[in-house]
Order: sequence, then C-alpha cells, then structure tokens
Amino acid sequence: MKRTKSKTTLSGVWQVLWPKLLAIVIVVLIWEGVYWLGLRPSFVLPSPGETFRTLVAELATPRLWSAMATTLGRAIVGFSIAAVIGTALGLAVSSWRTLRLAVGSLITGLQTMPSIAWFPFAILLFGLSEQAIFFVIVLGATPSIANGLISGIDHVPPAYRKLGQVLGARGFALYRHIIFPASLPAYVSGLTQGWAFAWRSLMAGELLVIIASKPSLGETLEFARQFSNAPLLLATMIVILILGMLVDGLFSMLARQVRRRRGLLAE
Amino acid sequence: MNQPTVVDLRHVSKSYSSGSKTTEVLQNLSLAILRGEFVTVVGASGCGKSTLLQLIAGLEQPSSGTIDTKAKIAFMFQDANLLPWLTVRQNISLALRLAGVAKTDWAVRVQELIDKVRLTGWEEARPHELSGGMRHRVALARCLAQGAEIVLMDEPLGALDAMTRDHLHEEIERISREAQLTVVFVTHNMREAVRLGDRVILMASAPGRILHEEKVALVRPRVMDSPEVASLAAKLTGLLKAAGSYEKN
Repeated sequence: MKRTKSKTTLSGVWQVLWPKLLAIVIVVLIWEGVYWLGLRPSFVLPSPGETFRTLVAELATPRLWSAMATTLGRAIVGFSIAAVIGTALGLAVSSWRTLRLAVGSLITGLQTMPSIAWFPFAILLFGLSEQAIFFVIVLGATPSIANGLISGIDHVPPAYRKLGQVLGARGFALYRHIIFPASLPAYVSGLTQGWAFAWRSLMAGELLVIIASKPSLGETLEFARQFSNAPLLLATMIVILILGMLVDGLFSMLARQVRRRRGLLAE
Repeated sequence: MNQPTVVDLRHVSKSYSSGSKTTEVLQNLSLAILRGEFVTVVGASGCGKSTLLQLIAGLEQPSSGTIDTKAKIAFMFQDANLLPWLTVRQNISLALRLAGVAKTDWAVRVQELIDKVRLTGWEEARPHELSGGMRHRVALARCLAQGAEIVLMDEPLGALDAMTRDHLHEEIERISREAQLTVVFVTHNMREAVRLGDRVILMASAPGRILHEEKVALVRPRVMDSPEVASLAAKLTGLLKAAGSYEKN
C-alpha cells in the first residue's frame, strides 16, 4: 500500500515537473542556437554553458549568497510593511463610503503607476539609502494588496452577511469570523500581485540605489554590466528569476490551499 | 394549546421604494404564534413569506405596525448557508461562540448537537464534502447551538430530493419536540405544510396578506402521501386557487 502511494506521489511530481523541464530545455536550445549563429559577440551574449559554469562558480562563493540574503531581506521587510498598510487601507476603504469616494480610484491609479517613476522622488526624499528602496516597494505593493482585499470584501455573498447578523456577529466579530475569511481568496490574489510589484520595484531600486558594503542582486547586475561581465549578468538574472518563481510558487500553494478548503478545486 | 404568545405581529405592513415606485409586499398582517407551536406558512412565490420571516428575525424593519418577540430567534436559510472554510464542528462552534457560550463548554456541546442531528463521524468534514441533506442537518444543529427558542425556517428543504426531505421532516419534528422549539416554517409545498404544521397560514399575493389559518388536527406522526394529509392539502390549495393566489409547483 505504502509503495503504491509513493509511486503515485512520484508520478504526480513527474506530471507537474516534465512540462517545466521541457520548457527549460526549449529555451536553452533556442539560446544555444542564437549563440551559434553568432549574431552578437560572445562577450555580449555568452553561451548557456559558460553562463551556467559562472553560476555554479558564483554559488560556491559567499558573495552571491550575501547578495541574495540582502535582496530577499529587503523584499520581505518591504512586502511586510506593504501588507500591513495595504490590509489596513483595504479594510478602511471597504468600511467607509466617504473614504472610498475619496481614495478608491486613487488606489487603482497608483497600482498602474510604474514603480520606477517613483525613484527620483524617493531619492530626493531619502537620498541613496535603503529607505528610498523601501519607500518605492511599499508604494508599488500596497495598492494591489488593498485592492485585493477591497474586491474580496465587496464580493462577500450577502447570505454570509445575513448569517453573521442572525448569529449575532457585529463589528469586529463580523469581520473576524465572516467577512475576512470570506474575502480570503481575493486577498491572497492581491498579496500575490503585491509581491510581484514589490519584487519588480526592489530590482529597479537596487539598480539605481547602490549602497556600499551591502552587496545585492541588483547591484551585482549593475556591476556586471559596467564591467561587461555578461556571464555573471545572465547568471544573476537567472537567480532573480528563480527566486521570484519560488516565492510565487509559495503564494500559489497558499491560494490552492485556500481554494481546496472551500471545495473550489477539482481533486 | 394554552401557551403564551412568543411572536406577536400587529397590523404589519412592509413596502419597498425604488425611485418613485413603491411596492407593498405585506399588508396589514396580524399573527400571534404560541410557545412550542409549529406554524407553517404557505403561499405562491413572491407573496412575502420570506419577508415575513426576515421581519420576525429583525433582519428587516416593518414600514408600519409592531412586531413583538419574546424569545431568542435562530434562522435556517433556504440553502444551508454553511461557511465553506469551516468544518462541521467549527460551523457549529462558531454559533456557540457568538452566542456567548463559555469556551470550555464548546467541545461537549458541539458533540451533543452533532449526535442529535445524526452526523457523528462527520465532525471534521467541510461543507462541500457533505450531501444536501447533511448540510441542512448541520444548519439545524447550528440553529440549536444558538440556544434560541424560536426557529425560523425559510423553505429549508425546497432543493432536496423527496427521500432526504422525508427524513429531514422526521428530524425537524423530533428535534423541535425534544427542544420544545417554536417553529415558523415557510414552504410553497402544501403537503409539506400540512405534514409538519400545528397550524397552516395561507398567504395571498400582491400585496402579501393572510388569507386563511387552518389548525391541523391530524394525529402525528404524519406521512406526506397519506390520504388525510393529501385531502387537507387539496382543500387548502383550493382556497388559495379560489383567491387567485396559487401557482402549481
């Protein structure tokens, strides 16, 4: 029985894995093909092999790990601040009609604003510092998180609100037991989108705001460009892509878990 | 039945306004419901049956008239309306929690209620894992968890198959008798109304009003398809038809 179960698990993992592996193989083959055509010089467009060798070599040194730690640390701190502000803002806007009329469309407007456009202002305000990066991450991620929660609360079925009323849930209890759990799927979508904006803002910020003694992935990219180290540049881009995908995968797992608990996923 | 009145509606009207148009849903409705009574309310779709329940529950306010309720009220919705992110146990314990029951008593009380509605073994199931009938049993347990003496049921069994509905009739009858509940049960099915009710209230449409009240003297337990139930249901249906307030369901 145990053997059958582990076989089933392995088969499930393979089912999920093989399309991704095939996509990677196709991309590497196209890259290799473009490299062999010699459209660009090899110091500008290195081969996949050279890039992966550089990546492996960099992974063996503390520099890349330290850069990853700095960047992820900034992402987590910035995203956490955005989550707290976005949640509070979403709750406030969905509860007070006047506030919604005042800032509802402004939140959506801010969501569409490219985060890089905030950096000149952020640098004027905070100088070339981490605060400038956090400022833009928070501005980039907060509107998505707030809008996710607002949309979730707006779409809570009236029957649940009525049930809350009948059960005697008022004020905070109504939000805690009925409205917030009912809006969780949309809130998680907002968090996922907020993370994507935070990650993009962070990368833009690290390219512009370079802080001495704090190596980061953005800074590594910028130095690799300045020193025309294309293999390191591409290797760093691969690391950024993988980290982004891993965190996105965590959010997808959370969203699937929320949907599964509600019977919204086909088994 | 020599019992005190627990729900007293006097000259209740309810209107809704939309722009310059006003629609009168209920007109001058007076009704007294006694403690422990099982009252069924029947009428065509749109005759204001559900509005009547919502007014009694306090979910809506009357446009005129008074409503006096002398006991705590629980409400059972048309669909079971369970919270899909909670298990059976959690759905019921939420009602206990919001009713102010001490946390130490939740586990024992929830198990009692689950046993009472015969869902033992399904405590950790989520609503989507239950059949329609089982979901209604959980909804019934949740009503009981509120510690209410009056239970308002808004066509709770309308979407169920005949066999499940018959089982639930027995359960509702048994539980309401054991817990000495006062039940107001809205339905559009005349036989169901006669099967369950101590008294059947017939409602006319446009605007909604009481057309006739019938005390049901048939002995319990009753069977929906018995000649006695069928005969009384046919008589009451005839009254509704004569008033032009019956749609064949």
